Amino acid sequence: MDCAPSSEQGGVTYLSDTVTRSTKLLIAGHFSVGKTTFVDCVSEVEPLRTEEAMTQVSAGVDDVAGLPHKTHTTVALDFGRLTLNEELVLYLFGTPGQPRFLPLWHDLAKGALGALVLVDTRRLTESDPILALLEEQGLPYAVAVNQFDRAHRHPLDAVREALDLADDTPLTSCDARDRTSSLHALITLVRFLFNRMEPTP
Amino acid sequence: MTRPRRVRDLVRAYVRTGGLTRPSRDLDLSALVRSTTAAAPVEASGEERRVLALCSRQRALSVAEIAAHVDLPPSAARIVIARLMDHGLLTTPTHPHITASHDLLKEVLDGLRALV
Ligand SMILES: Nc1nc2c(ncn2[C@@H]2O[C@H](COP(=O)(O)OP(=O)(O)OP(=O)(O)O)[C@@H](O)[C@H]2O)c(=O)[nH]1
Ligand SMILES: [Mg+2]
Repeated sequence: MDCAPSSEQGGVTYLSDTVTRSTKLLIAGHFSVGKTTFVDCVSEVEPLRTEEAMTQVSAGVDDVAGLPHKTHTTVALDFGRLTLNEELVLYLFGTPGQPRFLPLWHDLAKGALGALVLVDTRRLTESDPILALLEEQGLPYAVAVNQFDRAHRHPLDAVREALDLADDTPLTSCDARDRTSSLHALITLVRFLFNRMEPTP
Repeated sequence: MTRPRRVRDLVRAYVRTGGLTRPSRDLDLSALVRSTTAAAPVEASGEERRVLALCSRQRALSVAEIAAHVDLPPSAARIVIARLMDHGLLTTPTHPHITASHDLLKEVLDGLRALV
């Protein structure tokens, strides 16, 4: 049960000067499933947060002029990083689940290797729109049950059935507060991504 | 009702970036960025100066990290960074986009395994 030590309090931790390549994975999941906890725990640097401004246009019933009603919301985007070898760094982006953040999703998914979808067995149906979105975007994913203390432990087979996962979709469990456990969930995802891809000719 | 502060920041960023609302190049949030030896022009904006002051010549940071450290929304940071790249003040160490390949996934897998 150990989170990654933060190497510099409040400071900037630059990449090593040999690092010249980067890649990314998404940590997806519905509201409050443990995405931030996961990214914070795994990241080698103090996790970072930015806020994206989003404009929503909706038909405003309360609007006398009948003009579309514009609202501004912000969405927190948290991410962490893992240096994998002398040259390569992996970024992990916690991806908000709410459908209204769709434009941000497209942006994040583009160029990502795949996604790890965190699920909570107490709220499995809330994961459906997220899985649907990933399938729509053609982004390969693995699913990890985030084990909350007071949640009843469901057998993974039952979770697989409830989520209607494809036979080859990896399903594992993790504790988002535990670094080793979370790294194992990432390994499950990347092993799957590796195995489904043909060797480069 | 007051608007969230960040929204105003973003609007300001757009104004300062000459009203541009899209970056001049395709920049992924995970793309790595370094500074060059070129000197900042006098007309550089506050945001541009903050980004330049943060970036290092030897050691890269990602677009997302730059956004977080200079406290700009990623969409605004991308516009600023793309402009600075257009002016030769920032550069990416290698090709900014690497695609999923068998070799890359093997490298990621090995890297993760070495961490546990
Ligand atoms: N017991 C337990 N609590 C957890 C675990 N993971 C997360 N939590 C708690 O659940 C709450 C939500 O976790 P977050 O990491 O903020 O979830 P999130 O998915 O980032 O939430 P949003 O960004 O709001 O959608 C927090 O209070 C966490 O401390 C876990 O594995 N076990
Ligand atoms: Mg969160």
